[in-house]
Amino acid sequence: MTTQPTAAEPFTTIIGLEVHVQLQTKTKLFCGCSTTFGAAPNTQVCPTCLGLPGSLPVMNRHAFDLAVRAALALDCTIAPFTKWDRKNYFYPDLPKGYQISQYDLPFSSDGRLEVIDPKGALWRDVRIIRVHLEEDAGKSMHDEAAGTADTRIDLNRAGTPLCEIVTQPDLRSPQESRAWLNELKLLLAYLGVSDCNMQEGSLRVDANVNLHIPLAGEGGADGRLAKTPIVEIKNMNSFRSVERALVYEAARQWEEWQATKAEMGNTPKQTRGWDDAAGVTRAQRHKEESSDYRYFPEPDLVPVTVSEADIAKARAAMGDPPTVLRKALAEKWRIPAYDADVLVNQGRDLVDYFEDLATRVGEGKVASNWMQQDVLRTLNERGGTIGEFPVRPEAVADIIGRVTKGDFDTSRGREIFAEVLASGRPVADVVASMGIAAVSDDDLVSLCKELLAANPKIVADVQGGKEQAAAGLIGQARKKNPNVNPGKFRQMCLDLIRGM
Amino acid sequence: MALSRQDVAKVGLLARLALSSDDLDRMTGELSKIVGLVSQLEEIDTSAVAPLAHPLDTQNVFRDDVPAPSLTTAEALQSSPRHDGSCFLVPAVLGDSGAA
Ligand SMILES: [Zn+2]
Repeated sequence: MTTQPTAAEPFTTIIGLEVHVQLQTKTKLFCGCSTTFGAAPNTQVCPTCLGLPGSLPVMNRHAFDLAVRAALALDCTIAPFTKWDRKNYFYPDLPKGYQISQYDLPFSSDGRLEVIDPKGALWRDVRIIRVHLEEDAGKSMHDEAAGTADTRIDLNRAGTPLCEIVTQPDLRSPQESRAWLNELKLLLAYLGVSDCNMQEGSLRVDANVNLHIPLAGEGGADGRLAKTPIVEIKNMNSFRSVERALVYEAARQWEEWQATKAEMGNTPKQTRGWDDAAGVTRAQRHKEESSDYRYFPEPDLVPVTVSEADIAKARAAMGDPPTVLRKALAEKWRIPAYDADVLVNQGRDLVDYFEDLATRVGEGKVASNWMQQDVLRTLNERGGTIGEFPVRPEAVADIIGRVTKGDFDTSRGREIFAEVLASGRPVADVVASMGIAAVSDDDLVSLCKELLAANPKIVADVQGGKEQAAAGLIGQARKKNPNVNPGKFRQMCLDLIRGM
Repeated sequence: MALSRQDVAKVGLLARLALSSDDLDRMTGELSKIVGLVSQLEEIDTSAVAPLAHPLDTQNVFRDDVPAPSLTTAEALQSSPRHDGSCFLVPAVLGDSGAA
């Protein structure tokens, strides 16, 4: 798919993303301190992550394995030999004065991740330059409102394992950038690599953006492209913010271009911070030496080698990524691609719930309908996770089974579902207490006969060929006994009339 | 190889060292000598030698992802010039973290 400049938007927006995801480990990258979120400040620190003299880092095996899993899922090539480097800069949340990161020999490179548009077509195939493994810094807190002179430093986060994922500038709109991030998040959550919780800082996104503007009168369609200076946007705290910031920044660059005609030159990349409340990006002070990190190999860590056998093992442990799972689910349970997409996008646990339900019901489409119309809808209303959802698959399957058997119809089934959800009682109890006992065939026949005798006009109409007239009887029957199965009742009426 | 005074001033800034004009003069001379000494290595042809990532011939040293005890907050803060009992206190830092 191409995005051509239009009259309304006479430029192409060029976007590349840099994503940091926290790996789902129990401990930090180089020490045994816990990575649990929300602990009191400086309670998860030790000599290593405080950068005290004489301490030495030792690599967390699980962090490395998760990083390799992420890279494989992103179709990256895993390097047979990788090492770590020191990235030197001074900041109070970085006690060592350097971050252990990867410079010239990252453990993986050259991957890709597609994003699908809302209609199900390929939106963009986004190339990944590299994925590397590094440690996070601590947290600095400054209460500007209180006007205090000090910045407080909490080093609980320092040393937390992060994967840095850098894309080529392959994205062409704020909308598809947001969709791509959603796909990345889903993928990493599926593979157990990261919970990607932005509120807890498990996923952070920076975006590089500029505009390509075809210059009219300089060769027409084949003419020169003007390229605006690249801006890096930081401080975006949700995917929605990313989309909004990119929309704002593209418009800002277009205005600036019209005013200044400034093009990308040898000027260094500008950094702008997103102000979510004001809905604008603002220039950040440029640190003149910021690009001079003086990387050199980390002498305290030995290199890591990865064999073909290691990669095969990592692949085997990986599980299905969402793209594969959508297809597999649609085929296995014979459900439409749309259904599979909705289910898979809700996460692995919901897919497990669905498969449990579908197995019990024995019919994928019926199970999928109940998932979408009842389980998902109420789950969205209530909030919480599918794991905490009080109506378990066996209960839903029980209700569906009774509907299939003809004990009651689907709408009555829905009422039972709602009551099971509200009361937390077993399905059988709810059915009994709601007076929903299956109507016996004998009861149904006598009810039928009674209504036929009372409605000679309807009987005559049906006999005259207007079968739809029988609908008038169903309403009356439901009034007398709400448990009457309408389909079954209608068929019985028609049979009796024919036998008259 | 001679370093310029400007080179030394930049290295000083990166290392957060406040170098006086006299310091700069002296260090430009001293650092040039050191760099000159090391640059003798450039006389050796290393085109057939693979870059050395680490002097030890050891690889793949890992630990398991098992929590170990951390320090208490009091222990963690004890060597800090200033703290408030839960956080390290440093002079006000405004703007974005240098982390990337
Ligand atoms: Zn630690």
